[in-house]
Amino acid sequence: MSGTATNGRRVVVTGIGVVSPLAVGAELTWKRLIEGQSGIGRITHFDPSELPAQVAGQVPDGPTAEGGLTLSDWVPVKDQKKMDRFIHLGLAAAIQAVEDSGWKPEDEDGRCATGVMIGSGIGGLQTIYDGSLTVSSGKARRLSPFFIPSALINLISGHLSIRYGFKGPNHAVVTACATGVHAIGDASRLIQYGDADVMVAGGAEAAICSLGIAGFCSARALSTGSNDDPTKASRPWDKDRDGFIMGEGAGVVVLEELEHAKRRGAKIYGEIGGYGMSGDAHHITAPAEGHEGAFRAMKAALRNSGGLTTADIDYVNAHGTSTMADDLELDAVERFFGDDAKRLAMSSTKSAIGHLLGAAGAVEAIFCLQAIRDGIVPPTLNLDNPARESVIDRVAHVAQQRKIDVALSNSFGFGGTNASIILKRFKD
Amino acid sequence: MSDIADKVKKIVVEHLGVDESKVTPDASFIDDLGADSLDTVELVMAFEEAFSVEIPEDAAEKIATVKDAIDYIEKQKAA
Repeated sequence: MSGTATNGRRVVVTGIGVVSPLAVGAELTWKRLIEGQSGIGRITHFDPSELPAQVAGQVPDGPTAEGGLTLSDWVPVKDQKKMDRFIHLGLAAAIQAVEDSGWKPEDEDGRCATGVMIGSGIGGLQTIYDGSLTVSSGKARRLSPFFIPSALINLISGHLSIRYGFKGPNHAVVTACATGVHAIGDASRLIQYGDADVMVAGGAEAAICSLGIAGFCSARALSTGSNDDPTKASRPWDKDRDGFIMGEGAGVVVLEELEHAKRRGAKIYGEIGGYGMSGDAHHITAPAEGHEGAFRAMKAALRNSGGLTTADIDYVNAHGTSTMADDLELDAVERFFGDDAKRLAMSSTKSAIGHLLGAAGAVEAIFCLQAIRDGIVPPTLNLDNPARESVIDRVAHVAQQRKIDVALSNSFGFGGTNASIILKRFKD
Repeated sequence: MSDIADKVKKIVVEHLGVDESKVTPDASFIDDLGADSLDTVELVMAFEEAFSVEIPEDAAEKIATVKDAIDYIEKQKAA
């Protein structure tokens, strides 16, 4: 068989959910993405005028039907204050994915075979900031009893399990900007090992607050040169790029063992085709020369792919954050693909939505599934003058129609953690 | 109804997201108004803040109904 599982269990995606700076909703986000729209604008969550970076990709407020965030459509009003925004956004994406999949376990066995693994890079940063102010102003006894459960990263998984009665493995990944890919990859393996038949997996982030922006500013990681022209700020591989743009949102998929999905006639977006990980062992924020960690992550993903080669991969959704590291990833992809690089399309959707940190990999894996389904490669906005040439088509400015059977998505995180995941068209 | 009772009722409605008509004197926060143990901790904090009173933990544990809260606060304010 062509499956990827160590024990023959294949994993497919049967539900998707996205909350992004372009829209609340996987399909509306995708539509706006391939139209070339940008979700980047001046920060409104707080007054950023004291900080060098003043633009970000914020989830728009508005009616749900128009792709805006109406929180009460996802989280009951009385529960909202018990959760940080990253949990709000994670739940909104997770509920979309579960409803989209149509999976409703009817009995205890079904509930126990359904798990959740939704992580975050940072967690409840605004909550921690607010709580610190309460304590430092001498009101420690007034700290909300919901302070801890509001900030904890695994509480999206917790809340979702309570809402739906999912009693299987309940887990959360925390690997900075690689969280989303690690969550989907690791959750797939839980299904392959038989720990669960269905896993709701992904990542969420809401770190556009003064503490989050100030912290990444101090690390010299954010773009500061396009405060007056926000939609031009995120420009992966372009010679004028000057740092990443913080985004917020969430991406969640429903992963399902293939036979389980077939028995209930589920719609199948695609199959998990391979998953690989590596560590840099080099530096806390900078990748190693030639991004050899990325190279090894992609190689590991292929090794677990049940026989795919670089010639089979049609599209790479790059990590491509709009920093100096873009070209190192390009080095690694060129070296990994060799001659096959010539027929490859690679784009960075962070050009449109910014860098969603712990949610990035999950949202981008969903874009790969939509690219496979629709035969459309999303564009890299603002790639006006590539810092260096490449044989790889980086899909500058406008989306391309292209047959995509297999896509690979890269995510790399602070600490030197790398993950690559392969999504492929489902063929029985 | 006293000012204190009005204010207590308002805080309960706000924090537990329940309909005002359900907030009767005998209503139990946990049994009738859907609160959990953390909700009751937060409610007591809200009472402390709103009425500028201290409600020690052993006293807070005995506040189970709307009336319990009103009685306790009225007693503190009268003292």
